[in-house]
Amino acid sequence: MADPETLTTGAEARPAPVLSPPRRRLGRRQRQRFWRLAGYLVFAAVLLTVVAAADWGRLADSFFRPDVAGEMFPEAITVALRNTIVYTLLAFAFGLALGLVLALMRLSSIGPYRWFATGYIELFRGLPSLLVLFMVGYGVPLAFPDREIPGGVYGAVTVGLGATAAAYMAETIRAGIQAVPKGQLEAARTLGMSHPRAMVSIVLPQAFRIVIPPLTNEIILLTKDTSLAYVLGVTATTIELTKFAGDALNTQVNPTPLVVAGLLYLAITLPLSQLVRWLERRSAKER
Amino acid sequence: MPAIEIRDLRKSFGRLEVLRGIDLSVETGEVVCVIGPSGSGKSTLLRCVNLLEEPSSGSVHVDGVEVTDPDCDIDAVRRRIGMVFQQFNLFGHLRVRDNLTIAQRRVLHRSRAEAERIATENLHRVGLAEKADAYPAQLSGGQQQRVAIARALAMDPRLMLFDEPTSALDPELVGEVLAVMRSLAAEGMTMLVVTHEMSFAREVASRVVFMDGGTVVESGPPEEVFGSPREARTREFLHRVLEPTRVSEAEIGAHASAPLAG
Repeated sequence: MADPETLTTGAEARPAPVLSPPRRRLGRRQRQRFWRLAGYLVFAAVLLTVVAAADWGRLADSFFRPDVAGEMFPEAITVALRNTIVYTLLAFAFGLALGLVLALMRLSSIGPYRWFATGYIELFRGLPSLLVLFMVGYGVPLAFPDREIPGGVYGAVTVGLGATAAAYMAETIRAGIQAVPKGQLEAARTLGMSHPRAMVSIVLPQAFRIVIPPLTNEIILLTKDTSLAYVLGVTATTIELTKFAGDALNTQVNPTPLVVAGLLYLAITLPLSQLVRWLERRSAKER
Repeated sequence: MPAIEIRDLRKSFGRLEVLRGIDLSVETGEVVCVIGPSGSGKSTLLRCVNLLEEPSSGSVHVDGVEVTDPDCDIDAVRRRIGMVFQQFNLFGHLRVRDNLTIAQRRVLHRSRAEAERIATENLHRVGLAEKADAYPAQLSGGQQQRVAIARALAMDPRLMLFDEPTSALDPELVGEVLAVMRSLAAEGMTMLVVTHEMSFAREVASRVVFMDGGTVVESGPPEEVFGSPREARTREFLHRVLEPTRVSEAEIGAHASAPLAG
């Protein structure tokens, strides 16, 4: 380790090369080109090493066995993928409705509404989804055996994942509402609209336009979170992708089902993230 | 009965007293222009008339209805008061036509056909009938402000409030908005206008009110206020506004003769 003090004194002792321009063997552009080329070469070397070292036959045998993959269909799509999508949409719808209510409560002039919404949001943002799901699926039924959430596993997933999503979406929607210029509400009130009417007709439509990209992101997160549904003890008809792949892994003793499930998840999430990107570009253009 | 009657109006934001006892009345058919330096409370005064700002004390009557009365149905009063903002505040998610119809339909409960007929009429009035299907963002500032005026007019207001309607506009777009306002005044609309357009005030106003430091310093017919202002503060303000290039260094406390490194 060099002592910083000696370094400074050393630099000071050297005569400052003010008048004579520093001579280098390569110009700036040439140096740039050299480092860029070096970057490509390093990348190619690492890639080649990995390709050469990999046991391709074994990899294909483990992760890409067509017969194992074939066994999974059509249930992988007709049941597992379908349920994943259904769980996602249900939880999203529930979370969006609750999130909107919470966002409006947070902006309310009535103190207790604000306190409740803030408490809810802080609570559910701070808890793991899995814990909430356990609570909804087992905790609440244990406490109230005579009542149950309608819809069985569907209902439990809707509430369990939706409750957490609502907390995040409430904050997103609140930010969206606050991003609508105050003048919009003033103009609406000036035209004689009541506060609720102005919110519904003028502010919320513009707020939702602003928050569509982040809300789409929330759908992507929810899609992946539906994999937690297995803790509720799903059956052959309510099974979703991850549990379905895990079961196939056990029966086939081969990891190919995991790859298939992964690809199916990507079939949902990649188009959605493309959609987010497109929406963000579009809203950037509008401004 | 005056269209607007303001008595001893006071407004504070925290410890800052913005309006310090304003008395002002506007008769039906009058065009009153409020001028004065920024921070003098002009806009706050205007916003107290339709209760966008809640006055701290004093009273405001519009058409004989006390808007400062806590039991007053403010939404009903606001329907009769058109307001035009500095920043236009058109509804960005709605086409021009829907900007004009939404309050007619939701507040006045007019049928779609009637609301659209009135919208078209008022767009004609401001010379923008061909822009009915455009979105606000596709219009120039001047066009947006004319649409905003048409939107207010579509509600058949008894009086119009203008809050620095041309201050956010590029200079070459100011004229078209003033032209619309001038024709409104000629039709006999009661108008209370906060403005920096001195030539408009001189030409169109039936009365000019000069405000400074939260009080009305001087008011009277434009030829008096502009021609022979009684108060020194009015004279100083008009001098600075009307001849900005003639303001001397001494007036603003700058010392041209002082050495640069002082």
